[in-house]
Amino acid sequence: MVLTTPGCALGAALVILGAGAAFAQDTIRIGVNEPLTGAVAANGNYVANGARVAEETINAEGGVLGQKIELIIEDNKSNPKETVSAAEKLIVRDKVPVLMGAWSSTFTLSVMPKLMEYSVPMVVETSSSTKITTSGNPWVFRIAPTSAMEAKSFAEKLSQFDPPIKKADFLAVNNDFGRGSAEEFRKMLESKGVKIGATEYMAPEATDLSAQLAGIKQSGGDTLFVTTGVEQITLVLRQAAELRLPHRIITNGGSSSPDQLIAQAGDAANNNYFTLFFAPWFPEKATNPEVAKAFVDAWNKKGYDFAGLTEGYRGYDGIRTIAEAIRIAGKAEPQAIRDALWKVKLKGVNGDIAFVKQGPAGKESGQNEANVYIVQIKNGKVTMP
Amino acid sequence: MPEFLQHLANAVILGGTYALLGIGLTLIFGIMRVVNFTHGELYTFGAYMAFMLAGMFGLNFFASLALAATLGMALGALIEFALLRPLKGADIDTTMLVMIGAGIAMQAGEQLMWGGVAKSVPNPFPTEPVVLGPVSVGPIRLFVLAVAVVLLVVFYLLLNRTKLGIAMRATFQDPDTAALMGVNNGLMYTLTFAIGSGLAAVAGALLGPIFVVTPTMGDLVALKAFAIVILGGLGNIPGATIGGFVLALAEEFGAGYLSSGYRDAMGFLLIIAVLLVRPQGLFAAKERIG
Repeated sequence: MVLTTPGCALGAALVILGAGAAFAQDTIRIGVNEPLTGAVAANGNYVANGARVAEETINAEGGVLGQKIELIIEDNKSNPKETVSAAEKLIVRDKVPVLMGAWSSTFTLSVMPKLMEYSVPMVVETSSSTKITTSGNPWVFRIAPTSAMEAKSFAEKLSQFDPPIKKADFLAVNNDFGRGSAEEFRKMLESKGVKIGATEYMAPEATDLSAQLAGIKQSGGDTLFVTTGVEQITLVLRQAAELRLPHRIITNGGSSSPDQLIAQAGDAANNNYFTLFFAPWFPEKATNPEVAKAFVDAWNKKGYDFAGLTEGYRGYDGIRTIAEAIRIAGKAEPQAIRDALWKVKLKGVNGDIAFVKQGPAGKESGQNEANVYIVQIKNGKVTMP
Repeated sequence: MPEFLQHLANAVILGGTYALLGIGLTLIFGIMRVVNFTHGELYTFGAYMAFMLAGMFGLNFFASLALAATLGMALGALIEFALLRPLKGADIDTTMLVMIGAGIAMQAGEQLMWGGVAKSVPNPFPTEPVVLGPVSVGPIRLFVLAVAVVLLVVFYLLLNRTKLGIAMRATFQDPDTAALMGVNNGLMYTLTFAIGSGLAAVAGALLGPIFVVTPTMGDLVALKAFAIVILGGLGNIPGATIGGFVLALAEEFGAGYLSSGYRDAMGFLLIIAVLLVRPQGLFAAKERIG
């Protein structure tokens, strides 16, 4: 609250300063709106790093339409209000013709009306709430899977669990991402005859989760589905071990960075399962192994943390999707890029990227059919069961 | 019943850390009457110092804890000396604004130095929990509770039973009379602020291995510390202690039996309810007026 007023003044000053910069534009600018600070900063930084890798590799190959691309990365401070300001700054001051963002479903949903207002397309690299592509916003193109898709992919792998999942409990972050995911997984598990026990929620900033876990311990379930970002997953794993929670823990949403969990949660991470949309330990198992391999190599060459690859791929695929759309459009203009996004056929790290129509007729959003992988941590190592 | 006992154990342990935060702030906010917006940042500072000393330099955790507390006190003394001393006699709004600015600057500094990605302080205790019937607790949490209880007793005695404590209280009640009695007012101001800051830093360092360390970790904590101090009655150490435990109980049982997603709201709802009935807080210090 206190920050807003100086922020506005600074913003106004920047707009005046920026007016000159807009004339001398010899690069194609792409706006990136990610949480670089705040509650989910680790994930946002990983995505931003993936985007930087894409920027570098695309420019090394000669750029797009004979011009280099230039990322303008803004921090949305893990806050929906700041996400809207960041998007507005990118569109109005930096005049970017296309955006990528905004990690959390809550941030993405908050910025969507601005896309309509300014008629600028956005590629959504992470958010999984089903609402994003079904609410009738024709400027949204999502490469990440929806919670419903993730649940459907998970259902196909349900028989792999031994002992089988008989009764499931849920612990989800109390926002669009967590609630949406818990709902989709509950529906899927019920349809497979799995009993549902407790469903608990936690605030995005919450650090002490002992009350929720104590309730879950009493429910008698055998498996706990956890939906949140890596910081909170670390705390859930540690505190579950302290409480001797008997459950097998499965995290969904793909933002668990298992290597970071091994480093920060130690033994508490062992024997649990994590859904991911990219498994960098096994690039050969990806749909496009050569693309996955090239990304991992480029990432390592930059010296980024290996733990960030599971999340960083999102930024890489997102920026490459945008660059491909600009190439097809033949010009870097919002309307042309939006029309071109429908024609993108790209070999990505996650899989083949192409958008299908979702939402009410006439104002459909684009949704990619993404792949889902499940890994397990065993003796401090990531394995693919 | 087993669930109830686990909730109770969780609440007692959480209450210990809340009380620790509360007594640090009650010294500064309750006794000095400085609305201290840097308290949460000193908590964060302590956690980062523990990370730096134990996590990066590989120093013994307990030595890091003592060093983090000392550095927290030094930073507190610096804040008092550089920011509050020149403002002596200024009205509360001016002081408050300066402290808000200092808090924001400190958070930005932490951000700049450590980045936004969470850090983890190594846990010096075995991770295997201590199990007592249906209740299960991590050893580090028991250690935190023990340290909190010791510090609570020490500071209660310091303030109420020692010459230094009397001098501190006298300074803030009536500086002129205290000075006439030979008390060095300036020293008392710096010392009180330093001790309060040191307590915040030690709380951050203690909780570092339990939670993760981020630049914004102090935000909610500072809010809760203010709530605890107001709930317990300004400047009252037993009050802040009990306030800490009451807040923890409300959060834990509210989250356990009512709605876990609104855990933080439960505590604040309780505080509103208490203040409606007792605007001075549960245990207002007798000597204070208003």
